[in-house]
Amino acid sequence: MSPNPPEPSGTPATEPTDPDGQLPPVLELKDITMSFGSNEVLKGVTVGLHAGRVTALLGANGAGKSTLIKVLSGVYPSHGGEVVVAGVSATIDSPMTAARHGVQTVHQRIDESIVPGLTVAENLVFEEVVRGEVPRVRSLRKLLPRAREIATTLGLDWSDAVLTKDVFELGIADSQMLLLARALSQRPRVLVLDEPTSTLSASEAERLFALVRRLCEEGVAVLYVTHRLSEVRELAADLVVLRDGRIRSSQHAPFDMPAAVRSMLGDSVVDSGHDLVEQRGTDVALSLRGVQLMKRAEPIDVDLRYGEVTGVVGLIGAGKSELARGIFGADRFLAGEVTLDGKPYRPRHTQDAVANGVYLVPEDRAAEAMLPGWSLTWTATLPFLRGVSRLGVLARRKEQEVGQAVLSDFGIVATSADQPVDSLSGGNQQKVVVGRWMHAGPRVLLLDEPFRGVDIGARGDISRRARDLAAAGACVVVMSSDVEEIREIADRILVMVEGELALDAYTTEIDNDAIVTSMSEVA
Amino acid sequence: MPEVQHGPTMAIRIQDAVVKYGFIAVTVILFVFFAATEPAFATSQSMFSMLKFASVTAILGLGVTFTMVVGGLDLSIGSTAGLAVQLAAMTMVFYNLTGITAVVAVLLGGLGVGLLNAFLIVVCKIPDLLATLGVMFVIQGAKLIPVSGQSVSSGMVLRDGSVAPGSFTSDFLKIDRGSVGPVPLPVVIMLLLVIVSWFVLSRTTLGRLMYAVGANPEAARLAGVRVGLYRGLAYVISALFASVGGLILVSRIGQGDVNAGSSSLLEAVAVALVGTSVLGLAKPNAWGTLLGALLVGIVLTGLTMKGFQYYHQDTAKGLVLIVALLFSFTISRRKVRYTPAT
Repeated sequence: MSPNPPEPSGTPATEPTDPDGQLPPVLELKDITMSFGSNEVLKGVTVGLHAGRVTALLGANGAGKSTLIKVLSGVYPSHGGEVVVAGVSATIDSPMTAARHGVQTVHQRIDESIVPGLTVAENLVFEEVVRGEVPRVRSLRKLLPRAREIATTLGLDWSDAVLTKDVFELGIADSQMLLLARALSQRPRVLVLDEPTSTLSASEAERLFALVRRLCEEGVAVLYVTHRLSEVRELAADLVVLRDGRIRSSQHAPFDMPAAVRSMLGDSVVDSGHDLVEQRGTDVALSLRGVQLMKRAEPIDVDLRYGEVTGVVGLIGAGKSELARGIFGADRFLAGEVTLDGKPYRPRHTQDAVANGVYLVPEDRAAEAMLPGWSLTWTATLPFLRGVSRLGVLARRKEQEVGQAVLSDFGIVATSADQPVDSLSGGNQQKVVVGRWMHAGPRVLLLDEPFRGVDIGARGDISRRARDLAAAGACVVVMSSDVEEIREIADRILVMVEGELALDAYTTEIDNDAIVTSMSEVA
Repeated sequence: MPEVQHGPTMAIRIQDAVVKYGFIAVTVILFVFFAATEPAFATSQSMFSMLKFASVTAILGLGVTFTMVVGGLDLSIGSTAGLAVQLAAMTMVFYNLTGITAVVAVLLGGLGVGLLNAFLIVVCKIPDLLATLGVMFVIQGAKLIPVSGQSVSSGMVLRDGSVAPGSFTSDFLKIDRGSVGPVPLPVVIMLLLVIVSWFVLSRTTLGRLMYAVGANPEAARLAGVRVGLYRGLAYVISALFASVGGLILVSRIGQGDVNAGSSSLLEAVAVALVGTSVLGLAKPNAWGTLLGALLVGIVLTGLTMKGFQYYHQDTAKGLVLIVALLFSFTISRRKVRYTPAT
């Protein structure tokens, strides 16, 4: 495979031509733009959805997928561009008008679409209740026939006992089916599914796929948003990739998945000659055996070694965070055993991990690492209060020393170690969070997306520190969905796909194409 | 991007000063006003009686402060204080035991309530407001059962027709009536507990961890903090403080009044909230809670001397609370970090 040149930004999006060359699209989005303030999220998106075909929409976080879906479902009325339904220009300015034009959307968050406290039947006929087609005051018994009708369109064989249950007694999969049935009861021409399988088990997902195929046979056009390439391969006839508010690639089946992943990740996958001096560790720190990360994933075996930086790369939802959080004791693995230095290691709580020198820099800094108003010193010493106190009484001078050391060791730009961390820039915040663990001398340091919202300078600093730490003998593991970031920092690269290991190789022995190919591999 | 450091403008400096010292200024101004207009106000006798009456509220407020520090709120303190009142009375009047036994029984009762709250909140994961609301009602009702809804007083006739054998011991009554030098014992206890609370909250690892749990429980957990342990502990401390408040209360009234303590809840929550605005800290703290209790005490004593009737008291307390909240929520530039857990 030849290395792909970076696509020049600003190329006009290309319209997928109908491979059969017969029908015009049922619904066409023409040059859709959408801005929030000065932030242009969609920069002219043109997509056509065809009857009886599934169009898969791929895109990394922040690519504009959810915005596009919300334009299509009428949540954002003030967009630019044109929506054409069956050849006629249509105004979709509310969920109601979207429904009138035959567009139904099943949003990703089930809990936002299900009405808690109502029965299954009431949820099924909810759209009609809202539109006033069904009188508001009506006994549940009278709703049942219509609800049953809606359920059976999906082949859901729900008894009256099920229909009169509270909707929360349904499992996630059945709730998903309920929402689908509700959408289908409106006889849509276009069905939008936003990551419908993210919470489903394998057999539940199979049920959903069968249904989507049946809908296609009936001539419905489906827009299917997902991060899972296996689903794209299984279901889709067309594939569009959104990045930075533009369509970067359009394909028809059979797909060139590596090319799709490359357009999804963008310029970052350009192979730059990196000047990494490879370190190879020998002693095993953590040994994972039969560890299952996600419901639908096979168990994995892997050893993480001292003296090297292991990079774990994968798309969103590939199981990277699950791996990190499981090792740190923040969540439990679904199955499997872990040993640390050859001894059984079962952290029941994050405190156990910290006591063992296993530290985690979490993925979402604001929600998982920042304490509003806390100073640099307080944030830095929080995990290690025992070390800066005597008999439970804080020793202020020792605290100050730690704060000052983290501040100066990492070149953090702050007025003093007493400055609140949330008033620092993103890069400096991250340096505090990373620095507090490094200062304590970790055995194992897990960095989950450490470069998110971090400027290039801080990224370089953190990366260098992580490599120094590994050179000094620690086991450093970096999780990222950015291949280039991983190449910059890691000696060894693990590729994860849908909760399983797809590749395990040393960085110097592998090129970007191989990584991207393996990221797009389908089990 | 070049960063230009500006000194704070005059307006901002004044604003900060108002937030920092405004509340203390209000307290001092009121004090001076009452002292100047009512000759009886600034005497040591009326000061000590004011402090004595503020002590129960302050001690209960300190308990609430701990639960607010971990991001919660304990609604059961009033009924826990009431339970203390009744446990003490029953120990001495029904069972004719010593005052020391009564104190031990009360503290054990408080420990039990605290552990129950902690269990419901941490293990059963019931939101703290709801769990403590439920416990509040349960205690209020359950304590009536063994006494058939009657207040316990010495010489009362029991269900079997006999006369209660015991009475309040004199050493127990000294809890409220005793003094160290000129300072009444409840005031001494209050000051001791304020100092202990301040020390624990701002000088020990325990206090730091509690503030961490309140600031962001998830971030605390991912820093290796046993979040549940510290949340639970705050409720145990709160219930123990409420029991100490109840001890002073029952020693003051000298009988097991079934209604005692129930009115203390809102006042204690109010002074703890008032306390968050002191010194512009914008977080619950021990000295702030004490100052809140003192301000309420000053206002009530002053108004009473000016001839206002008891039925004006709640209005006055409410206004004090609102003025204090204006300082921390409206005028302050710092974000208030009182965020009740959901």
